[in-house]
Amino acid sequence: MIRVVLPPHLRGLARVAGEVELDIKGPVTQRSVLDALEERYPMLRGTIRDHITQQRRPFLRFFACGEDFSHELPDAPLPDAVTSGAEPLLIVGAIAGG
Amino acid sequence: MSKVRVLVGTRKGAFVLTSDGKRKQWEVSGPHFAGWEIYHLKGSPADPNRLFASQTSGWFGQIIQRSDDGGKTWIQPGTPPGEKDATPAGPPKGESNKFVYDTSAETGKPLTTHQFYDGTQHPWEFKRVWHIEPSLKDPDTVYAGVEDAALFRSKDGGKSWHELSGLRGHGTGPKWQPGAGGMCLHTIILDPSDPGRIYIAISAAGSFRTDDGGKTWRPINKGLFSQYIPDPHAEVGHCVHHVAMHKSRPGVLFMQKHWDVMRSDNAGDSWTEVSGNLPTDFGFVIDVHAHEPETVYVVPIKSDGEHFPPEGKLRVYRSRTGGNEWEALTKGLPQSDCYVNVLRDAMAVDSLDECGVYFGTTGGQVYASTDAGDNWAPIVGHLPAVLSVEVQTLA
Repeated sequence: MIRVVLPPHLRGLARVAGEVELDIKGPVTQRSVLDALEERYPMLRGTIRDHITQQRRPFLRFFACGEDFSHELPDAPLPDAVTSGAEPLLIVGAIAGG
Repeated sequence: MSKVRVLVGTRKGAFVLTSDGKRKQWEVSGPHFAGWEIYHLKGSPADPNRLFASQTSGWFGQIIQRSDDGGKTWIQPGTPPGEKDATPAGPPKGESNKFVYDTSAETGKPLTTHQFYDGTQHPWEFKRVWHIEPSLKDPDTVYAGVEDAALFRSKDGGKSWHELSGLRGHGTGPKWQPGAGGMCLHTIILDPSDPGRIYIAISAAGSFRTDDGGKTWRPINKGLFSQYIPDPHAEVGHCVHHVAMHKSRPGVLFMQKHWDVMRSDNAGDSWTEVSGNLPTDFGFVIDVHAHEPETVYVVPIKSDGEHFPPEGKLRVYRSRTGGNEWEALTKGLPQSDCYVNVLRDAMAVDSLDECGVYFGTTGGQVYASTDAGDNWAPIVGHLPAVLSVEVQTLA
């Protein structure tokens, strides 16, 4: 089970509290996690990745295991600790603005 | 008894203010969508309990919200009412957030480009919805003015959106350019006497009109004079801040431009300046009295570099002669040390017998007058910066 932590505004939009748990078949990557997340919570489409280009929105970051994976290729495998569910993938709103 | 509902969009959420026809006691509901920028919300004239809201964020992009009960509950269009997640009808698909610009039918490439800050041509990139304009007749039809400037329409209650690309494609697009606030389509006026006629305005391109329901468009900027562009009389490039119309005279338009207050008596074919004795003719809002089509309101702002009232005095100016002769309305408004701004969509009127006038400030106040501007009082005083104010007069 993959664990994902959403920023508060997106938890409100998806109407979830706390972490989201996703079942993913096949390689666990940014793309497969976000595909599964948007499949389960379609109201999040367009809020993390652009609807058309699928590019990460500029003020969002992907952290896990104390590292920033935002600039990794979308099909690069995420750490084993994320794959095993020991650690969550954090989707984080950048500190910017007021 | 009549009731008034004031819809307020702010930098950090939406607020719904309600009162009876006396407009003395107000109930405040909100913040809805706390923490999000609400550029605009507006009710359907065909079904006043149907409201649309533009919820947006620099982090998370654009969301469209709809209420079918006057603002008590909200859904993203496409969500079955009362449901929050998966249902037999399925969850919302996120498509109500999807604003995709048309491409050229011939080449499949971007329809056009626009002038960027550095003078190069730049492709259109969707950023947010600035203004929502529900149809006058059909509660499922609604228009959205967006940044980068384009006009979209939904015919299914906001669930899916499609561009009226004749506007961008009519030929002047490459000359449009962003103002300091971005290249936004911020004004949409539907002609109540002619369903084919729509007026829109863009910063910084100017005003445009269609007479065939959005298929073809043309600039309507003749008579505008803007010293901040190379040719002050150019066909496009003018920074129009807002346009207002009285429903009984849809061919008469009033405009607050970057500088200059303007008037057209021929549906925008030509404009004349009516700034008259205003202390400054810079400003953002402009609106027309509900029952007196020659009574117009503006809030003069000191200059393009100093976005606050002259002399620190917050004054609404009213003309009862369709422009040129203006009187300051000050009773109940701060007359010292006031340095707020009033943004372009932040003024509206109700249609009660004694016309109410409302405006919101970047300082978070919403002021109301129940006597056409003679006297003012704050409804609320400490909201986040106000981006938009709309009023519904309910039976």
